[in-house]
Amino acid sequence: MTRERLLTFALLAALLALPFAAQALGYPFYTTLATRMAILALAATGLNIALGLGGLVSFGHAAFFGIGGYAAGIVATHAMNAQPLLGLDIPASMPLVWLLAALSAGLVAAITGAISLRTSGVYFIMITLAFAQMIFYFAISWKAYGGEDGLSIALRNGFPGMNTAVPRDLFMIAFALLLAGLLIFWRVRVSRFGAALHAARQNELRVAAIGIEPFPIRLVAFVVSAMITAVAGAMFAELNRFASPSMLAWPMSGELIVLIILGGTGRLAGPVAGAMLYVMLEYWLGSITERWQFFLGLTLLGVVLFARGGIVGLVAGKARHG
Amino acid sequence: MGKLLATIAFGLTLGVSGLAMAEPLKIGMITTLSGGGAGLGVDARDGFMLAIKKAGDAEISVVVEDDAMKPEIAVQIADKMIQAEQVDVLTGIIWSNLAMAVVPNAVAQGKFYLSPNAGPSPLAGAKCDKNYFNVAYQNDNFHEAAGNYAQTQGIKKMFILAPNYPAGTDSLNGFKRFYKGELAGEVYTQLGQTDYAAEIAQIRASGADSVFFFLPGGMGIAFMKQYAQSGVGIPVMGPGFSFSQDVLGAIGDAAIGAKNTASWSPDLDNAANKAFVEAFKAEYNRLPSIYAAQAYDTANLLISAKAKASVKDADAFRAALKEAQFDTVRGKFKFNTNNHPIQDFYVREVYKDADGTLTNKIVGTSFTDHQDAYAAECKM
Amino acid sequence: MPTALIIEQLLNGLQLGVMLFLMAAGLTLIFGVMGLINLAHGSLYMVGAFACAAVAAWTGSFWLGLVASLAAAAAAGAIVEVTVIRRLYDRDHLDQVLATFALILVFSEGTRWLFGSFPLYLDIPPALTGAVALPGGVFYPVYRLAIILVGLAVAVGLWLLISRTRLGMRIRAGESDREMIGALGVDIRTLYTVVFALGAALAGLAGALVGALQSVQVGMGEPVLILAFVVIVIGGIGSIKGAFLGALLVGVVDTMGRIFLPQLLAALLGPAPAASLGGALSSMLIYIVMAGILAFRPRGLFAAGA
Repeated sequence: MTRERLLTFALLAALLALPFAAQALGYPFYTTLATRMAILALAATGLNIALGLGGLVSFGHAAFFGIGGYAAGIVATHAMNAQPLLGLDIPASMPLVWLLAALSAGLVAAITGAISLRTSGVYFIMITLAFAQMIFYFAISWKAYGGEDGLSIALRNGFPGMNTAVPRDLFMIAFALLLAGLLIFWRVRVSRFGAALHAARQNELRVAAIGIEPFPIRLVAFVVSAMITAVAGAMFAELNRFASPSMLAWPMSGELIVLIILGGTGRLAGPVAGAMLYVMLEYWLGSITERWQFFLGLTLLGVVLFARGGIVGLVAGKARHG
Repeated sequence: MGKLLATIAFGLTLGVSGLAMAEPLKIGMITTLSGGGAGLGVDARDGFMLAIKKAGDAEISVVVEDDAMKPEIAVQIADKMIQAEQVDVLTGIIWSNLAMAVVPNAVAQGKFYLSPNAGPSPLAGAKCDKNYFNVAYQNDNFHEAAGNYAQTQGIKKMFILAPNYPAGTDSLNGFKRFYKGELAGEVYTQLGQTDYAAEIAQIRASGADSVFFFLPGGMGIAFMKQYAQSGVGIPVMGPGFSFSQDVLGAIGDAAIGAKNTASWSPDLDNAANKAFVEAFKAEYNRLPSIYAAQAYDTANLLISAKAKASVKDADAFRAALKEAQFDTVRGKFKFNTNNHPIQDFYVREVYKDADGTLTNKIVGTSFTDHQDAYAAECKM
Repeated sequence: MPTALIIEQLLNGLQLGVMLFLMAAGLTLIFGVMGLINLAHGSLYMVGAFACAAVAAWTGSFWLGLVASLAAAAAAGAIVEVTVIRRLYDRDHLDQVLATFALILVFSEGTRWLFGSFPLYLDIPPALTGAVALPGGVFYPVYRLAIILVGLAVAVGLWLLISRTRLGMRIRAGESDREMIGALGVDIRTLYTVVFALGAALAGLAGALVGALQSVQVGMGEPVLILAFVVIVIGGIGSIKGAFLGALLVGVVDTMGRIFLPQLLAALLGPAPAASLGGALSSMLIYIVMAGILAFRPRGLFAAGA
């Protein structure tokens, strides 16, 4: 486990150093890239609770990611035009956005999760997809908030003591959120709750036999997972200054899963490693060839065939459990 | 290392700015080069690069990247082009939703954006910007021209059809702005839908005199092929996108005779257009589409502005763009107060040319010096 | 509501349904026998359509194109199975998802590399053009009727193949106990390749048949893939019968919903709100149906071995 912990610290240090090094070397754009890495890593960390720890392969986490994005977009729009939201005057504040994002995604996850968790395996994959598709089609028809065109954020929501328009400040906020997300993941994994979640994944009958109901445990994991992904979605919209229905579309769900597998399923550093590699590949291949998706596909294929357990598995060896 | 040297070189040129009129101009082009929508982006890029090549100006450089039709990727590339590659001007986006994601941010950072295709209504009205120039059209225009055509033809009952997304509703609203006859049906289809049997059955039952549809890309190809097979004989019309050069080959003979409206046509009679169509055919061995023509004009507008002013002097460069003194393939072109074009719109008809290629010819004019409906809302 | 319109829509639903069945049959067989989730099934559909369009343009014959689509998709399927998929059978579903997702990227961009960025032309054969009058005053395109017949014929053929032939016996044995049939001396590697190629060929056939009606372009497979997944999940994964009935259900519900839901809403709410709400609701309809079915039958309607 020490190697994994070492790798986690090394990756986080590298990510934290990236914007400062970029600034010093005169490539300010890498700050934006690092912010993107941190945000996608946070989204995947959220999914990793359900998928990595609980074995719940959700193919619908784009819904929560998108709900977060729309929370940011809606708050920014209302604050900008001084329109009350649900009868309240609201400030353009990031913590408020996170709260709204987490609460609304949590609510949706509680309802859809309660239905979805009646199924398992491939059926669970597909029913979560079905719910995400419903929300996607709802969003593209919701004219008040831009429909298919999406929702522009003219001015990013604020954070006390920071200037969110400055790339490095935005990065620091995203990085802090990533740390918090990783902390939650780690706390869940080592807790009694996490042990029960893991046990339910390994052997549902045995867990039920010792008097633990798997259903509520899984539902809580699913809801927490959705809430973290929603906060990441909010930050993603802030970064792009844009909330788009494509955040809700199924390829986004697929991308989040890809980040986790690429990094290492159920591993603390998995989403961080996966997000860093994926964003780098996308950036680097995109600037050298217009056929970048072809080579991205080949690279992913290479990883899955020859690097079992993802990057973390390759570097830090097999996980002790899972 | 190359990048570092370029940065140093860039710093040096900044130091001597103002001494010479000719300043390097770096253009970032974000367009769709992969996936199902790639045909449009490839045409836009090819048209744009053709003009750049013809200009032969070594001080103009263009970087092109693929947005994969995803707004997140477009935003990321725009940030990279602005912050890392330090382009002066952005252009190239095909789709309205991507333009809405990229343009406000780009102009907020003091960059120029020239649209070679998308023209969402907010950017023409309340959210217009002095650094945003649309060289193509406002989204409603082609549809307004079709509505006007249907109205002046005295068509009594129209069946109208578009996908259920903002550009689709804009389309039908634009059509209805000028068409005052009866609607035999108004249907919104699912975005990305490929089977139109159900809608065609409705059209058959509706008793309409004519059908207007706006279904971009593969959706339109599917609709036309299925419509031709259905035996429903009601004539169809559409905006130029539905019968543009990039999709005609795939629709096939089913498109022959269809009327469509656009601001440009390959047979438009002016010297610049003749030269453009010839050069495009010689370079790429195919006929240009409206996307290629608009992008070609966009590049020539930039080239004309660069000849007059340095891009580092934003006010002078903006004024030079606004004058729009370039050799447009559309015959005439000028900017309205909201930096959107005032131009003519033609009625075209699909036919088979002497080589057996399906293409469009002009059969009439719908609007002369037409401007969009949002210019009054633009406070610049 | 005129009866003719309802009959026509039912036929449309049936046609969409049998087309989805061609996709779903392969998907559900591959899952049932090998336990593999194949996201790249939509790419094989695309391969079929491109092969048909290319060969039809080259030879002038749609029928040769159809043969080519079967051959090309089966060949692509077999190659992918031998080089990539074979290594994934003993992995968990996640690795399969990532690998087949990667295959989608490779297939899509590879196809664009070969065929360019513009949609290809593929028209229906002259023998099947036009529409025929059916009883009840319905005019219906001949080609769509032909698709319905082909789909039904394939369904019967598959049923015969699985229930009456030696290969079918092995497939059924593979579904129920993978180790055992290996132990009994069946060459399981070849069996898997054959099943995968068969599923791929069906997807390629669907792509070619539909390509003549729609547009042959990169990315055409993914929307169909999602629908096909909906179908096999509703039907119960691994069950050919479930795939068939699920496909018809999805086809009819989707088609009827698209037409009648907005009209129903317009009667209730007035035309303006109904236009956009109706569009949204009819897009969601099949997902609502699927979630409803899974909520009450968590393993679909006809789960194999359940």
